[in-house]
Amino acid sequence: MSLLDFARGPAIEVALAVFTLGVMWRLISLLGLPWAKDRTVRRAGAPSDFSAGVSGFIRHLWVPKGFGMTSRFALINGYVFHLGLAIIFFGFVQHILFLRGLFGVSWPGLPTSVISIAAVVTLGSLVAALVRRMTSPVMRLISTANDYFTWLITTLPVLTGLLAVSHLGARYETLLAIHILTVAALLIWFPFGKLMHAFLVFLTRAETGVFYGRRGVKI
Amino acid sequence: MSDGNHPGGTIGEALLARGISRRSLLKYTGYLASILALPPMASRAMADALAKAPRQSVIWLSFQECTGCTESLTRSFNPTLEDMIFDLISLDYHETLMAVSGAAAEEAMQAARAANKGKYVLVVDGSVSTAEGGIYSTNAGKTNLATLKDMASDAAAVLSVGTCAAFGGIPHAKPNPTGAVPVSEIVTDKPVINIPGCPPIPEAIAGTVAYIITFGKLPDLDHLSRPKAFFGDSIHDRCYRRPFYDKGLFAKSFDDEGARNGWCLYEVGCKGPVTYNACATLKWNGGVSFPIQSGHGCLGCSEPDFWDRGGFYKPLSASVMGNPAIIGGAAVAGIVAGAASVALARKRRAEALAAQSKASAAAQEKMP
Repeated sequence: MSLLDFARGPAIEVALAVFTLGVMWRLISLLGLPWAKDRTVRRAGAPSDFSAGVSGFIRHLWVPKGFGMTSRFALINGYVFHLGLAIIFFGFVQHILFLRGLFGVSWPGLPTSVISIAAVVTLGSLVAALVRRMTSPVMRLISTANDYFTWLITTLPVLTGLLAVSHLGARYETLLAIHILTVAALLIWFPFGKLMHAFLVFLTRAETGVFYGRRGVKI
Repeated sequence: MSDGNHPGGTIGEALLARGISRRSLLKYTGYLASILALPPMASRAMADALAKAPRQSVIWLSFQECTGCTESLTRSFNPTLEDMIFDLISLDYHETLMAVSGAAAEEAMQAARAANKGKYVLVVDGSVSTAEGGIYSTNAGKTNLATLKDMASDAAAVLSVGTCAAFGGIPHAKPNPTGAVPVSEIVTDKPVINIPGCPPIPEAIAGTVAYIITFGKLPDLDHLSRPKAFFGDSIHDRCYRRPFYDKGLFAKSFDDEGARNGWCLYEVGCKGPVTYNACATLKWNGGVSFPIQSGHGCLGCSEPDFWDRGGFYKPLSASVMGNPAIIGGAAVAGIVAGAASVALARKRRAEALAAQSKASAAAQEKMP
């Protein structure tokens, strides 16, 4: 079995299985946990929990007034690589064909040149995020191995995908196999590391909104 | 066809006997040098070397195969098989093409072997059956496995022609009931050159033989022992539809607008990006066309295990699931694990609450 056959077959299959198992396990165990009752008295005029949750999520989409340029840069940079990753993942025809194989649905793709530009911008943005993490004293203090490893596991598929499309560094079948294997690594790591925020971001931000909304605070 | 005892002198003598001029020979070597990607001056050197070289003795063995490789060679336009047989090589044994049969054929093979011991090139098309001692494919009461071991022992080099001989091919495909293996798994002490393809490009067979005769050595080979001159580039890299791939313009079926416009066939399963062969440059039938030009994606026939890569019409980027139920099973396992975690957490909480209320009740009782 060649490396490409291994990547397209057993590797991606096992990775998808681990991803599915891990996500289901984490979401159900988290949502099913017994909740601690909030014994505070709801402030008069406080919004309903639902409304506070939604508005809390929306308010977190931008930097509050008073925060400096660095915070604004971090947020905008975050949007750049998240959007870039979405364009690459959902817009590249080869990726759409992969998703069609899994779910049976497809949509028109973007020109390869657009994807390549998006990938280069995304890569630059990811490097900028790492530089900030390593240079900011506060970020360095709160960063753990989970953060750095998650950065690596997110960046590798972008880098290897770009190399595969550009046919740089090795034969195409090797580059494609390595690219698929890096995606498999991402899928395996996803439920157990920081990448799980793709699901949990909605819960954590809404819960913060509910907690403070009950106390009459908009955060 | 030579009888093996008289290899037939030099190629120059053979050409002279047929009234072929040096000018024709130069034209011919010019063509060979160009398809082998040799420098222009090589054609003169090749002409001189070929004229002086003895005709190369070739013994051709056919094992588990469909004769498509021989068909491919006999349909060769340049150089034609006739050129090869009478000008370059002395084809001393070839079951499909030789006139004799039975014991006489076996005698011809042994005679050729004795006359050219250690010098003949052994060409094999077809894979080698190894299951049950190789009884699934026999000839003259002898298994292919035994014949190959026997004949390879006195050969100068072995040429595995076609994907079956080079990589096991279709007989090697799952479930491989005959235990088919490539020639290189059996012959490990001699140089083995693979010229895969289903069938291989005739010019690749002829060109490789011409190279060996001219230079007296093996051509540059890649990691799968294929001559780089013919297998150095992927179909994709040399495909005339490549610009459409780069633009992201793909045919989505075999009769849609994209297909009619000649767009890239990646979406309908073309394996050109991972297939190394000269189809896109040398093409077939005298340079008329090749599969992609005819509107069908590349099957990847010159690569190992091309039959077992998840379907010819499945795009290269799509995963090849062994059993999709594994994903469903993982989802169920995840739900069960999650539910178990929840049950455990709730049980611990209930126990903690019970212990707490018991402790507070006990404390109340102690109070005066």
